[in-house]
This record gives sequence, structure tokens and C-alpha cells, in this order.
Amino acid sequence: MSPIQSALHPAGAHAAATATLFQIFLGVTGFFFLLVLLFLGWAILRRDRGTASDKRLRLTVAAWAMLITVGLFGLTLASYATDRSLFFAGHDQKPLRLKVTAQQWWWEVRYNGATPAQTITTANEIHLPLGRPAQIELEADDVIHSLWIPNLVGKEDLIPGRTTDLQLLPRQVGRFRAQCAEFCGLQHAHMALDVVVDTPEQFAAWEARSLQPAPAPRSEAQKRGHAIVTGMHCSGCHAITGTDAFGTVGPDLTRVASRATLAAGELPNARAWLTRWIADPQAIKPGNRMPRIPLTPAQRSDVVAYLETLK
Amino acid sequence: MRGTMRILALLLLGLLAACHRETRETDASVPFSQSGLATTTTVIAGGAASSRPDPRIERFEKSAWHVSEGQRLYTQFNCVECHAHGGGGIGVPLIDDQWIYGSSSPQIVATLIQGRPNGMPSYRRLLTEEQMWQLAAYVRSMAGQVPKDVPPSRGDTAANTPPLTLEEARPQHDSNLDAGSR
Amino acid sequence: MTRVDGPDFSGDALHAALAKTWSDAPGFWGWLATVDHKRVGRRYIVTAFVFLGLGGVLALLMRLQLARPESGLISADRYNQIFSMHGTTMMFLFAVPVMEAFAVYLIPLMMGTRQIAFPRLNAFSYWIYLFGGVFLWIAFLLNIGPEAGWFAYVPLAGPEYSPGKRTDVWAQLITFTEVAALAGAVELITTILKQRAPGMSLNRMPLFAWSILVTSFMIVFAMPAVMLASSFLISDRLVGTQFYNPTEGGDALLWQHLFWFFGHPEVYIIFIPAVGFVSQITETFSQRQVFGYPLMVMAVVSIGLLAFGLWVHHMFATGLPRIGYSFYTAASMMIALPGGVQIFCWTATIWSGRPRWETPLWWVVAFIVTFVIGGLSGVMVASVPLDLQLHDSYFVVAHFHYVLIGGAVFPLLGAVTYWFPKFSGRLMAEPLGRWNVLFSFLTFHLTFFPMHLTGLLGMPRRVYTYPHGLGWDSLNLVSSIGAFLFAASVLLFFGNMVWSLSRGRAAGANPWNAASLEWKMPSPPPCYNFDHIPVVESRTPLWDDDRPVIPGLQTDKRELLVTTAIDAHSDLRDASAPPNAWPFFAAIATTIAFLGSIFTPWAVIWGALLMAVPLIFWFWPHDPLEPKPEQGDE
Repeated sequence: MSPIQSALHPAGAHAAATATLFQIFLGVTGFFFLLVLLFLGWAILRRDRGTASDKRLRLTVAAWAMLITVGLFGLTLASYATDRSLFFAGHDQKPLRLKVTAQQWWWEVRYNGATPAQTITTANEIHLPLGRPAQIELEADDVIHSLWIPNLVGKEDLIPGRTTDLQLLPRQVGRFRAQCAEFCGLQHAHMALDVVVDTPEQFAAWEARSLQPAPAPRSEAQKRGHAIVTGMHCSGCHAITGTDAFGTVGPDLTRVASRATLAAGELPNARAWLTRWIADPQAIKPGNRMPRIPLTPAQRSDVVAYLETLK
Repeated sequence: MRGTMRILALLLLGLLAACHRETRETDASVPFSQSGLATTTTVIAGGAASSRPDPRIERFEKSAWHVSEGQRLYTQFNCVECHAHGGGGIGVPLIDDQWIYGSSSPQIVATLIQGRPNGMPSYRRLLTEEQMWQLAAYVRSMAGQVPKDVPPSRGDTAANTPPLTLEEARPQHDSNLDAGSR
Repeated sequence: MTRVDGPDFSGDALHAALAKTWSDAPGFWGWLATVDHKRVGRRYIVTAFVFLGLGGVLALLMRLQLARPESGLISADRYNQIFSMHGTTMMFLFAVPVMEAFAVYLIPLMMGTRQIAFPRLNAFSYWIYLFGGVFLWIAFLLNIGPEAGWFAYVPLAGPEYSPGKRTDVWAQLITFTEVAALAGAVELITTILKQRAPGMSLNRMPLFAWSILVTSFMIVFAMPAVMLASSFLISDRLVGTQFYNPTEGGDALLWQHLFWFFGHPEVYIIFIPAVGFVSQITETFSQRQVFGYPLMVMAVVSIGLLAFGLWVHHMFATGLPRIGYSFYTAASMMIALPGGVQIFCWTATIWSGRPRWETPLWWVVAFIVTFVIGGLSGVMVASVPLDLQLHDSYFVVAHFHYVLIGGAVFPLLGAVTYWFPKFSGRLMAEPLGRWNVLFSFLTFHLTFFPMHLTGLLGMPRRVYTYPHGLGWDSLNLVSSIGAFLFAASVLLFFGNMVWSLSRGRAAGANPWNAASLEWKMPSPPPCYNFDHIPVVESRTPLWDDDRPVIPGLQTDKRELLVTTAIDAHSDLRDASAPPNAWPFFAAIATTIAFLGSIFTPWAVIWGALLMAVPLIFWFWPHDPLEPKPEQGDE
């Protein structure tokens, strides 16, 4: 399995071009490093001392300065060309527009539709269709964060009071890991998100599924869980489309069970972890904004039973 | 010499107090119970605070972390809508010293749990008790009721204060009487 | 009758007279009141090395935590404080001060003068630096250490997201170091421009003096930016101003512009003195003038200028206009040109000279290899598309440790070895020193080379832990092992210093047969530096057969020879301030004012009044050329 969070394993047009540029830089700078080492080695090992005049050195230093200038000029040009080509990558297609809002320490992801009913809100997970450019609008609610999806594209900061954007073009299906790259406080280390590149068909299916309201609870346990989630503290912060929960403080839970991870990429989304997370979020991710909710173990398992239906 | 030693010792104590102020007490859950809290029936309008000092008062009001979390909750749970940034609007102002249901932290927590007539909803379903204590500490900081080195000077939000010249003079009246008629 | 030195007044009689005039009172009071640039410089150096040790301990703690994935050793809160303290300590309390410290000690000796300019300001600068550093570390131990990084980006460092006083402590430490560094810079500029030995025109100055001159000017221009930034931050936090609050018309990026306008020159403020060290060492051990002196001077000056034009390369990810970025890419790339020319000149000097392979020269070799790698990875991060991948990843951590340790600490350790006999009169132990170079070099690369890879594999900086299974585990473990070995090598160096201080081989005035003036007087130097002021007729005065002096300075009061700024013609005789404890008390008053203003803005008012008292005594008018029997003017 190739690494899912690595700039050396590009799966997008931008990351690929950057990786190529990196190889060019590595080659050129490696060549200069080699020259320095050779000269230094010669200077150390040289035996026939006191024969050369400074005149020869003066010519050499001029040549050396020229060589550096040419090298730097070439690199600058390569860098500029790459930058330009990336800017126009996928400009012939209509990009998928989405918006990521960063907060301490999770990501809200929103696909804006024409009407509110066509808008998908999710958290800590981005779905992208293969081969279609995406334009991600970036905003931050509190402090500066930075969205970095190394396999797809370089990073861009999310700055309160500003809107920035990130363009990318996925070239490979897969699940990648992105992470906040700008120090953003206590739990900066635990602010990741999953980026899923789907085939266009998978993406359409995901999109259609995500536009549905949350399924109604079926079993007794699920119904009890539903009552707790919508009737107690959970709904103060979390929203579940189609229910009475419409808090805006925490991540949207409408499709929580379909996501691969919990707590911004920190935990695998499995029953045991979900239960532990609800029981004591502060023990797992100290300082995060989810308080410890007073629930009995029975209530907790009801809540988990309900949340697991939200696919 | 002894005098200097004493001053030094005092300074040291002052510095140690800083430890509590600065601790990021991320796991500050308080048992969810209403025992010891004031209720609408025990708190008469403008009544005095409970005579029994609650250890939680000190724990939350002297912690910069808790006050700051309270500030965040104040915005996120939209207290601003009615109380503005302490100046009041639809709801009562919070930066003055006229408190209908008591201005101590336990009393504010009670108000948050129970809600109050004329528009103050209950937050029992939305906030944990720990969060209410944080909110109470922040609300008290707006009126300068917590140590000065604890609360943040401002939030990174709109301060929302109109220039003084545009502010209308508020008629002076007894808030206690007013509370009854609202 | 006043006495002046001259042909009929030299030798032991002159020594006795000058020693009486220039020495400090014995005992604690003399220790407190001293303004001797050598004593102050020594203190500065020792203090800076203590902070290096402390910062190193923090680095080890971080490496301990990062040795394993999901390690629970250090909590997030503590870790954030630790890395903020590591950066702050290393940048503000070690790297910049230690370079100024060396300059404070060496520049007057190299310039051929008896005392630094503004000696009391110099003492004040040291005390402020010391108090600021001690204050930061006490605060850290009391859990009030900075938590928002050494760069303290707002809004994270603002009043809402950094509650309590932690960031105020950081911001106020900046104030301390600003004052100390600016004071130092002003003295050094004045000393270099006005107190050079007669005949030492600008084009005959040692390259170290050139690099210190450029560095000092950079401090003068860079520090005000961070001073402004941190003052805004303090007032945002203390009195609720809105400089950085975007919803009230402030701007979070304003901080970054101001901070990096200082922060980028800052790394050259650290690096350029190291260039000076390397030049002096290379010259001495190659036994020839550094090849291409005018080129070297031009390179240093152009680095100093370019350094102010590339701060935005720290902000490539902030979404500023693309066309603007191209300019900063070009400027950042361009700085590789003077750097490359310098590397060439040093290597050419060794190549064409008759090198003696003493330890300092081996440090230069370690420097060249390491620094070139750091410089070349710097070229990579100058490119916008590459930087967007590399920025804020461990690649950058690797890059700047190559530049700062390879580019500044290796030369510094070489400089310590080189000037140790001048400071102490004894040579450092051999062959331990040479093994030390090799050991440090290897363990350094073991620590930091893997970080390039960790960064490319996607590991961001400033994380207190990382998940298992992303391919970072073994690289991090290697870095951690390397870090402990590297720390051992630094410890070995310190051990060598301590041992050699009392048991090292005695060194004469000029054990390395160096060419610059600081090797003229015996080691350690007498309190008055030079019995007669030397006259300089070439770039390498001590290699000349003829070593003229210029007599005529008074011996019964502290008097200096002032020369013209460009050509160093003798101009006037000027008085130098005698020892005095008021700088110490002024520093205490300043400290109280700074500390107070963390808690209340009124401290600025009463603090100013408090500071006025020692300042009035400090500047109480007197005729400095009038001999003072007590050498004090309290």
C-alpha cells in the first residue's frame, strides 16, 4: 500500500507536477553540492602547495558565479513555469466547488447546492470525483489553520477574516490523509481529515445518498438513542438533517457512520472507539470542545446504536 | 533582611497562584447535580448569594482557561443575541451590578439550568454543568468580578459597540421593580 | 600633570599606570559595576551558552516524545510550551546574543582600541538580557511559558485563544531582547566606525568586523518591526485594542508581515557573524589572506540588503497575489549567489594556502558541508510550488537546523576553540577537539537528515504526537537517537572547555600565528587591551614586519582614540566612562516596569518614573576628562 500522506507519492496533478519539480531541484542542487564537495576535497588533499596564483582563482570564481546565476535562473524559471501550469490545470473543465471551514480542531466541509436542500454538509471528510478539478474555498472560524493534502496538492492557509482557495485535480482513486499544517493550538496534532477520491459514479452515488435526510431509527435501542441525541446535550452542538438536532457548533452527524474516522482523523470509526469517545472525549483528545456528557452506559450504547445507523 | 524575605515569600506565593490561573484544565467535569444550587424559589429578586462558599467558584473563576472557554460558549450559544457583549438589548445587561436572580457563579448556573421568566431559556439540554460554570465565570468577568489577570481583554469577534455619541441615554429605573413587570 | 604613553613611558611602568586606570574595583561591587567589554562579553557568552544548554534539554524532551508514535510521555499543553520555549530560547536568548557577545569581546580588540563605545550601555544591555532570560525561564517553570510558538501567530496568540499571561510573557521577553540587542548593535556600529586603529581604513578591516558591522545595521533595521508587532500584541491582549482582530478591521496577516520582516533578517543576523568567524579561522589556518576580500565584503553586504526583501517566502501559503510571490522567489533564490561565492572564497583560501589542520579549521569544513546542504534546501523552499508542499513540514525543520546549526553553531564552536586561548590563556584539549568535530558532524546529520524525508512523507511541524503507520515511525526514532548523541557531543565540547580552562596547555599571545590585532596583547588580555594603540598598514597587521604604534593617550584617565569613519585617520581623543553600577540598577528598574506592564498598562507610567531615577544618576553631568580619584560618579 502506498503512503496515504506523502508528497513523494502524488495522486493529483498538482502534487505530481510538484514532485517532478522537486526532482529537477534535487538534480540541480545535487550537482552544485557535488562541485562544492569536490573542490573542498581537493583543497584538503592538495599536495603541490604554493604553485597557483590568485589570478586563476579569480577567473574560476567568476565562472562559478556565472554557473550559480545560470542554475538559479533555470530553477526560478522552472518554478515559475510549474506554478503557472498548475494555476491553469483543469481550467477547461467546470470545477467542483466546495468549502472547507476550519475550527479548533476539526474541519467542516460543505458542498453548496442551488438550494439549501441540495447542500451537503459533512465534517472531516472530503469526497472528490476522479479527474474533475476541484476548487476548495477555505475559511477559518477561530485561528489560522492550513489544509495540506500531500498526495494531491500543497498546502494553503485558512485565515480568519480572509477567504483563500485551493485548486486540485485528483488523478488516482483512493483514500488519502490530510492534516492541519499551521500550528493551531492544543490539539494541532490531532486535526486531520480524510480525502476520498471516488470514481465519478461512486461520487454521484455518494452525493445522492448524502442529500437524503438521516434515516429514521428502527429498533428500540435506536429509538432510545435517537431520543437522547435529539433531546439531550448532543443536539446543542451537532446537527442531524431531518431531526430536531440542529446545533452548529460541532461536526454535522447526518452521515457520521459513513465516515472512516472519528474526531478529525484521530480514531477509527468503530463501535468500541465511538463508545469510548462519547464516554470521555477529553481523555482521548484533551482540550477539544466536546464536553463529557453525563450518560449511563446503557444510554451510551443506545446512542451508539443510533449513530451507527447514520450512513 | 527579614522584611525582604517576607516580601520575597509573598512574591513567590503570588507566582504559585499563577500556576492555577494558567492550567489548561481540560478535564474539569463536575458531577451533574443540582444539589447546593439556588432555585427560583430560594433566590428572591436581588437576593444575597449563598453563605456556603462553593469550591467550584474559585476553581472556575480563577482559571484563565475556563473563563476563556466561557467566552467561546457565550458566542457559540448565542448569548450575544439578547445580552450583546454584556451591554444588554433584548435581554438584561450583564456588565452592571443589578442582578435579578443573583450574580454569584452558582446563582448564574442555576439561572442557566432553570431558565428565567420573560425570555431567558433553560440551557439544561444544551450545556453540561461544567460548561455552565465556565459561562458563569466569563459572565462575571464582564462585570469585573473575577481577578483582573484572568479574563481576556477582548474576543476575536466584533466588539459591537456603537460610538458613545450614537448611544441613547437609558432611562434610570429600579431594575428589581422592572423585572416584575416585564 | 597628565601623563601620556610614549617612547619614554612604556613597559612595566606604563602597564602599572594603565592597569590602575582601567581595572575594576575588587570584590562584589567591582563585579557589579564593571563596564569592561571583556568581562561583560565573557558574561554574555557564558549566559548564552547556559541558555543553549537549557534549549538543548527542551529539544531532547521533544525528541523523547516523538521517538514513538502516540507517545503519552508529554501532554499536548506541555509539549506546546516546550517547543515554543525551545524556539524562543534558541533564537532570542542564545543565537543572537552569543553572536553579539563574541563581538562585544572581540571587536574592540580587533579594532585596536581600549574599550567598546558606550561601555555602560553595554553593561545595561547584558543585565537586561540576563533578566529577560531568567524571567522567561522562571515563568516557564511556573507554567506561564509561551505556548503559541516562537513566532506567536495571531489570533492564536491573541487574547481569546491564548488565555492567561503566557503569551504576554513571550511578548515581553521580546521587548527585553530588543532592548539588549539594539543597545549592543549601537555600540558595535560606533566602535567599528569610530574607534578603529589609525590606518585601518574600511578596506583593511578584518572580515569579522565587516560581518559584525552589517549584522548590527541589520539589527537596527529589523528589530523595530518586531518591536512594533509585539507592542501591538501586548496592547491587544492587555487593553483590548483591535490591531489583529479581523472582525474589527484588524488583520491577522499584519502580524506575519511585521514578524517576518524582522524574522527573516534575524536568521542572517545569526548567520553573518558566523561568516566572520569562518573568515578569521580560514585566514589564520591557511596562513594567507582570505581570497577575494572585496567579494567577501560585497557578499556580506548584499546578503544584509537582500535579507530584508524576502520575508514573504514564509507566507507563500497565505494566499497573497501570485505575481508578488514571484518577486520573493527571485529574491530568495538570489541570496544563494553571495552565499555560493563566499563558500568558494573560503575553499579557495584553503586550496591556495598552506593549511594547518587544527580543530577550528575542521569546524569550518563541517560548516561548509552542512551549510551548503542547508542552503540548497533553502533554494528548494524558495520556489512557490515546492514550498507549498514543504512549508511547515519536517523538511523545513531539517532545513533551518542545517542552516542554523551547520551555518552558525559549527562556526561558533570553531570560534570558541579558536579564541579560547585569547579568552583564557589556555588552549583547548587535543586531539579531543578533532574527534569532537567528527562526532558532532556525524550525529548532527544522523539527527536532522532523516527529517527531510519525514517532511516529504507528510509529517507537519509542531505536532506533539503522530499516528502510527504513516511511515514516520522509524525515521523519527533515528532522529531521536541522533539527537541524544548530538547532545552528547555538545556536552563533550562543554567538558573540554571546562577542563581546558584550568588544565589546558598555556597559550602565548598568538598561538595560531594569526594576523588580526586581538592576538597582539598577551592572553588573556589586560584590562586596558593595548599599552600603545597600534597603527595598521595592511589587512594583516600582525604578519607585517613593521608594527608601528601611536602614543599619546592619557594614562591616568580612561581615554580612547577616535578615528575617522572611512579612512581611520586619527581624529580626537575621547573619554570612556568609568565603571558604575547605575546600569545595573537601571536594568532592574526596567525589568520591574516590563514585568508590571504584563499586568497593568499603568506600569508604563510608574515604570517610566521608576526608570528615571537610575537614569538620572547614570547621566548626571560631569566632566569626563577630569580625573576622578574614585573612578565613580555616584
